[in-house]
Amino acid sequence: MNFLFGFFGDASRWSGPDGIPVRLLEHLEFSAAAFLIAALVAVPLGMLIGHTGRGALLVVVAANAARALPTLGLLVLVVLLAGVGTVLPVLIPLVVLAIPPILVNTYEGVRGVDADLRDAAYGMGLRGRQVLFRTLTPVALPLILLGLRLAAIQVVSTATVAAFVGLGGLGRFIIDGLATKTYESVIGGAVLVAGLALAVQFAFVLLDRVVVSPGVRQVR
Amino acid sequence: MITFEGVTKRYPDGTVAVDDLDLEVPTGAITVFVGPSGCGKTTSLRMINRMIDATSGRITLHGRDVREIDPPTLRRGIGYVIQQAGLFPHRKIVDNVATVPYLLGWSKKKARTRAMELLELVGLDPGLAGRYPFQLSGGQQQRVGVARALAADPPVLLMDEPFSAVDPIVRASLQDELLRLQSELRKTIVFVTHDIDEAVKLGDTVAVLRVGGRLAQMAGPATLLTEPADDFVREFLGRDRGIRRLSFISAKEVRLRPAPSDLATDEAGRPLGWRTGDELAAYGTFDPESDSLRAALDAALLSANGVAVAVDEDGRVRGVAGRDAIDELLAEYAPPPAPSPAPSPPPSQGSGPAEEAPA
Repeated sequence: MNFLFGFFGDASRWSGPDGIPVRLLEHLEFSAAAFLIAALVAVPLGMLIGHTGRGALLVVVAANAARALPTLGLLVLVVLLAGVGTVLPVLIPLVVLAIPPILVNTYEGVRGVDADLRDAAYGMGLRGRQVLFRTLTPVALPLILLGLRLAAIQVVSTATVAAFVGLGGLGRFIIDGLATKTYESVIGGAVLVAGLALAVQFAFVLLDRVVVSPGVRQVR
Repeated sequence: MITFEGVTKRYPDGTVAVDDLDLEVPTGAITVFVGPSGCGKTTSLRMINRMIDATSGRITLHGRDVREIDPPTLRRGIGYVIQQAGLFPHRKIVDNVATVPYLLGWSKKKARTRAMELLELVGLDPGLAGRYPFQLSGGQQQRVGVARALAADPPVLLMDEPFSAVDPIVRASLQDELLRLQSELRKTIVFVTHDIDEAVKLGDTVAVLRVGGRLAQMAGPATLLTEPADDFVREFLGRDRGIRRLSFISAKEVRLRPAPSDLATDEAGRPLGWRTGDELAAYGTFDPESDSLRAALDAALLSANGVAVAVDEDGRVRGVAGRDAIDELLAEYAPPPAPSPAPSPPPSQGSGPAEEAPA
């Protein structure tokens, strides 16, 4: 506990280019960028594959790759290839990390919609695209949000690695703290990352309340 | 009218689901497709709204080949009810019912007003409109399914085993409800079921299909029961065909005689029982105005003395009918004489088995 008071109680931690607000903002920037890119790729792709059934193999491969992928290794590899100093080396591994949970859950959600329901939608005279957007997607929304939530939490937690390649973010407190044996900084950084992950979790719970139909939420 | 002309559905693996089907579905009546699983009844139904396309042959709707119509457009003009209702879980009941009106571009207000009318028409409390499907019972969901199919007032309704997933009591009430609706709406309904009792109860015409997708017989239910075309149909119809046929004969013509003095009644004129010494014995009643001959016979069988009690809609005694009176009517409606079995050769062809005898 003393470590925490030492870290958060120090006024100098709350200002300046390496203060908590700036680091937090940097962290959020990497995370948000990586998350958005991943979502923009994986959500439409997952919906399309789930709807048409074509390309399901891709989902399986992505799911397996996600389990095997060493994020830090990939980061080092990208840095070696792209060089230090840009944001790109950090974004690529984070995006690669975030895509599988979104893709897999979106695909499973859309594909898993009751066949009777799909049948009814077509039988009422909905066209293919209307079936996807008006029936399959709203019904699959809880799973799609679950994928997004898992990805967001993973990204937020993993964005600490940016510090390894000289970029900012909350990882700085941990990496620098380790290097200088300032353990209150290490623990403070870890607490901040954990808190951020919890905040993301909470944000998704709220989002779920707002966008998921009560009729679907209850069925789950 | 819907016609099938030489319609065949063959799948790539060689399975023939429907084989050279020719039939006409009359306008304004209920036609039931019935048969064991694998007889192609659902496939036949789904070829009408092009959920499945026929391999060869032609299906026409109001004289137009359905293959010429873009499927979504075709389907918006045909009501479709499926097993388990298939309601959209994320939409409120009112919006489920208004699905097709929305697709047709009606204003939200008009579509919802129409949906509310329909909920009432199918016997649902309008208070359910704002609920979600999971909050309704299976029977209620199925009613919503029917309301949804009727929303844009299509002339044709396709119903694919709509009542098979609910319990027998609810099923019976849904069937009665459908018959009541149909007496008002006069839609052209194609109804698929595997339950021959349901087929006989609901169908103005019943098409019995056999495995492999061939039409075994198409006839009114009473004819089907008395004159099954072959062993397959006879077996499929099951036991007690004679008794079941009586359901199609009205009890109106049963000759009633005044109630005898040994029939005890209450002050309103409702029967209490047959006096036998100090006790009252069992009796059975039927309403000649609305019941069938089957109910009259049943009432006679339930009475201790074999005399059925005829009552009006308020349950007051109108008279009685003994077995003799019921028997008269039974004789009148006896099946036509000797429905000649098809494969037998005409009797005029020679006097003996001359050709079969060895020379």
